[in-house]
Amino acid sequence: MSTELSTHAPVTTVERGGHKRGRLRVFLGMAAGVGKTYAMLLEGRAAQEAGRDLVIGLLETHGRAETAELAQGLPLIPRRRVTYRDTELEEMDLPAILARAPELCLIDELAHTNAPGVEHHKRYEDVSDVLAAGIDVVSTLNVQHLDSLNDRVVELTGVRVRETIPDAVLGEADEVVLIDVTPNALLDRLRAGKVYPRERIESALNNFFRIENLDALREVALREVAEEVGAKRLTAEVGGTREESLAAEAPQAVGERLLALVEPYPGAQRLVRRAWRSAQRLGGELDLLWVSRPSQRLSADHERCLSALRELASVLGAELLIEESDDVPAMIAEVAKRRGTTYILMGRARPARGLARLRIPLPQRLMELLPGVDVRVVADRAIRANAEQP
Amino acid sequence: MSAGAIVAISLAAALAGIAAGFWLPPHGRRPARERPRPVRRILLPFTGEAISRRAFEAASRLSKAENAIVMPAFLARVPMNLPLDTALPVQCEQGMPLLEAIEQRFSAQGIAVDSRVGRGRSYRDALRRLLEQEQFDRIIISVPEDERSGLTHDDLLWLIDHVPAEIMLLRPARDDERRISAAGLSGHF
Repeated sequence: MSTELSTHAPVTTVERGGHKRGRLRVFLGMAAGVGKTYAMLLEGRAAQEAGRDLVIGLLETHGRAETAELAQGLPLIPRRRVTYRDTELEEMDLPAILARAPELCLIDELAHTNAPGVEHHKRYEDVSDVLAAGIDVVSTLNVQHLDSLNDRVVELTGVRVRETIPDAVLGEADEVVLIDVTPNALLDRLRAGKVYPRERIESALNNFFRIENLDALREVALREVAEEVGAKRLTAEVGGTREESLAAEAPQAVGERLLALVEPYPGAQRLVRRAWRSAQRLGGELDLLWVSRPSQRLSADHERCLSALRELASVLGAELLIEESDDVPAMIAEVAKRRGTTYILMGRARPARGLARLRIPLPQRLMELLPGVDVRVVADRAIRANAEQP
Repeated sequence: MSAGAIVAISLAAALAGIAAGFWLPPHGRRPARERPRPVRRILLPFTGEAISRRAFEAASRLSKAENAIVMPAFLARVPMNLPLDTALPVQCEQGMPLLEAIEQRFSAQGIAVDSRVGRGRSYRDALRRLLEQEQFDRIIISVPEDERSGLTHDDLLWLIDHVPAEIMLLRPARDDERRISAAGLSGHF
C-alpha cells in the first residue's frame, strides 16, 4: 500500500518563446521498487482516459511484469540506438518526442546519464527541453540521486550513486509526489521477486535493501518532500509569477545556507559544531569562512588549528573558505552574498582595546551590510565556565 | 604647591586614568586567553556513543597537574568503498554531541580543550593519521570491554610500539559503569 505526500505548487504556466512551458511532476521514492514507475504509468492511464494526448518517452520496466503490463496500450516512442566505442546503446529519442509534440510525456529515471553523442549529458536536461516545448512531463527519481543528499545516503548505505542531479531540478518541479511504502512492505515485494529477478534478490537483501538502510532512506525522502512543501509555500507567499517567485527565493529553495565565521584557534571547533547542528536542524548547507589579514603569518599552533578545522569541515561536509582582506566586514558581506547565505554564526569577539572600541561591533556591521540575514553570536563555553567559577 | 601645579597633576592623573581605561581590557580582569598557556598536550581519543568516566577523570587530573591542554578526538571510520575525504554526517550525529558534552565537562572545570576529529579506514588508521599530523605528550585510552566497539588489543599494541608518547591504558572496570555521553549535554546543542 502506498501513501502519497505531494507538494502542490501554485502553478502559473510560463510563456517562453511562444510556448506555454510544460508542467513537471516528479514521483520521488526512497529506493527502487517502491512503485514510482507504476505510479507514473497509472497517471498516464488516467490522462489517456481523460482524453489527453500522451506518449511514453522512456520507460524502464527492469523486467517487472506488472509494470510492463500497465504500460500496454500506452503509445511509446521507441528508443534510438547510439553507438559509443563500438557498443550500441539505447537512449531516449528526444528529437522524436519534440517532433511528436504530445500534451503529456512520461519519462522514467530523471537522474539518468545519457550516452555520449546525444543532445545532452543528463536526462533532466532532455526533460527541460521537453518542458520548454510546452509538453507536460511526469518523471521518477530516487532520493539518493539528489546532489545534496548523496553524501548522507552514501554513509547510510555504503553505496555511492554516480548519477546525481542538482537539487534545483527538483526545486523547480511543479509537483513532487512521494511514493512511500514501509521498509517491511518493500522487503516483502523484493522477496516476492517483484523488484529484481530471483538471482539478484539475495545480494540485494544483503547489501542495499537492509531494513536499517531503508528506514534511514525513508526518513531522508520524507524530510526532502517536507522541505519541498515548505519551499513551495514560501514561494507562494512571495507572489508574482512562479518564475519571479523562484528567482526571489532561489537561495532558500532547498533550505537555508549558513556561514560560520572562524579563526584558527581552539574555540572555533565548537563554533563549527554548533553551526553544523543548526544547519542540520534547518536542513541547510554550511560554509565556514576565515578572513585573514594580508601577509598574516600563522604560528605553528595556528597552523595546527587551521588543519584541524579543515578536517572537521571535511568530515561534516562543510566547505572552508579562506579569504584575505583588511576590511573583514566587507569581505564577509561579499562572501555571504556570493554564497546566498541566510544565517551567519560567529563566536564572541575578543575584548576591544584602545581606539578599536570606537568601531561598530562586527555583528552590528554585518546586520547593516546584510539586511535580511540572521546573525547569531555563539557563547564561548570556556569564558562562561570561568565566569561561573567562584 | 601652586594651584597651577595641582591642576596640572590632577589633569595628568585624569588623562592617565582615561588612557588606562581605554587600553586595559573591560572589567579590569585578565581575559582567559592571557592566562598561562598550556604547553603539554593530552590526547583523549574515543569512538562510539560514550567515554568512560575514569578516562575523563584521568585526563582532567593530569591536565590540572601538568597545565596541559586536553584534546578529545573523535575517531571515525570511512568504509573502504568510499574516498577517504568523504563527509560522514551519520557518524558525526553521534560524535559531535559527545565531543560537545566532553568539552562542556572539561570547560566547566577550567581545563583548556582543543578537540580533534580523526578519519581513517579503521580506528587505528584514524588515530595514526591524527598522530602523524600532531604531537601529543600523553595519550589516554579507555580499553573497551568489547573489541568491536573501539580500538582492539592489536591496535593498542601497535600504539605502544609506534607512538613516542606516554600512553595510559585504562582497563575496563566492570563495576564502574559511569560514562559521559551526549545525554549529559547541558543547554541545547
